[in-house]
Amino acid sequence: MDMLKNLIIIMMTSVLVNNYVLTKFLGICPFLGVSKKTNQAVGMGIAVTFVMLLATAVTWPIQEYVLNAFGLEYLQTIVFILVIAALVQLVEMFLKKSIPALHASLGIYLPLITTNCAVLGVCKNNITDEFGFVESLVSSLGAGLGFLLAMVLFAGVRSRIESSKPPKSFEGVPITLTAAAIVALSFLGFGGIIENLFA
Amino acid sequence: MNKMKTLLNGILKENPVLVLLLGTCPTLAVTADAKSALGMGAAAFFVLVGSNLVISLLRNIIPDKVRIPSYIVIIAGFVTIVEMLMHAFFPSIYEALGVFLSLIVVNCIILGRAEMFASKNKVVESIIDGVGMGIGFLFALLAMAVIREVFGAGSFFGMEIPFLKDYCFPILTSAPGGFFVFGLLIAAVNKFSTRKPKKEFGCEGCPSAATCGKTKCEKEAE
Repeated sequence: MDMLKNLIIIMMTSVLVNNYVLTKFLGICPFLGVSKKTNQAVGMGIAVTFVMLLATAVTWPIQEYVLNAFGLEYLQTIVFILVIAALVQLVEMFLKKSIPALHASLGIYLPLITTNCAVLGVCKNNITDEFGFVESLVSSLGAGLGFLLAMVLFAGVRSRIESSKPPKSFEGVPITLTAAAIVALSFLGFGGIIENLFA
Repeated sequence: MNKMKTLLNGILKENPVLVLLLGTCPTLAVTADAKSALGMGAAAFFVLVGSNLVISLLRNIIPDKVRIPSYIVIIAGFVTIVEMLMHAFFPSIYEALGVFLSLIVVNCIILGRAEMFASKNKVVESIIDGVGMGIGFLFALLAMAVIREVFGAGSFFGMEIPFLKDYCFPILTSAPGGFFVFGLLIAAVNKFSTRKPKKEFGCEGCPSAATCGKTKCEKEAE
């Protein structure tokens, strides 16, 4: 029971309180770049969630059984980024061959994810927070879902901006960032939710 | 003369953060106080100059097909060096930057310069480009951080400012404040500079654009 409670807390923390995009500032490029249309935002969000889960499932054992076991912790950055890049490439090849329909809808987002700092960030944070394997997977799933949530919410906000007219020098990027600030502000409201979750 | 132009290009005309809109993640994340912004800027500067140097030296040896992975390995090597140096000599900044120090690996400014400049130009020019872009990144980070620290925490590099200390806006040092100040800075560049920032965040600055085929992205969007 305690185990389950712990996992729910980790999940809620990474979806709402420590949202990767809006409070930790990871993965801002796709957040601002691919959030113009809701369907694109959903596609990118699902692709990121999937890669995060997969990357964690591969990097955690590598850290535990290879890097820690042989005292090679300093190689973490190099190994992780290479593993993630190779993984994304493999997934893309696999999808292209066996599930072309899924590749057509998610495939274009996959190469973009290689250099998405949220994926590398979540893998490294799981190690820093000393999570076990299951906890790491749950935290990655939460991070991905949080990313998806932020993307979809923000895509909705942006479609409203399209039809309004901001001051001249605020057109384009500045008004997008200001809107992102307001969305981030709303996520600050989740601050106390974890302490009182099981109280 | 041409070299001077390359140098100034990175600092002003094509400032990586404020004009090209690259490297937004660290720009937002480490600018809550000026000290960590300075640390981040210096670390990225070192990695940028180092990777530009090595990639330019190896530009005729690296096969075209595996160039992105090769660049990533070279950059990751420099990032590891910086991480170890920071840990040894500036432990407080190392703690403050946390995961963002190793995330320099996926900073689009560095991969972008490797792909757009160092892989096509001679060694000296590439180093100068790295220096210019590094200084441009450092300046942008410092500008953000000084605004956020002075008005958000009422201090400057950790030194308290008498009046502002009691009348600051703490929201500026938290996440929403980061987005907002960044928006304001770009709006200011829009207003006062002749060279306008890009209208939208797009694929062209992204180093993986070449691999994913930017045209494909756009076709999908339509």
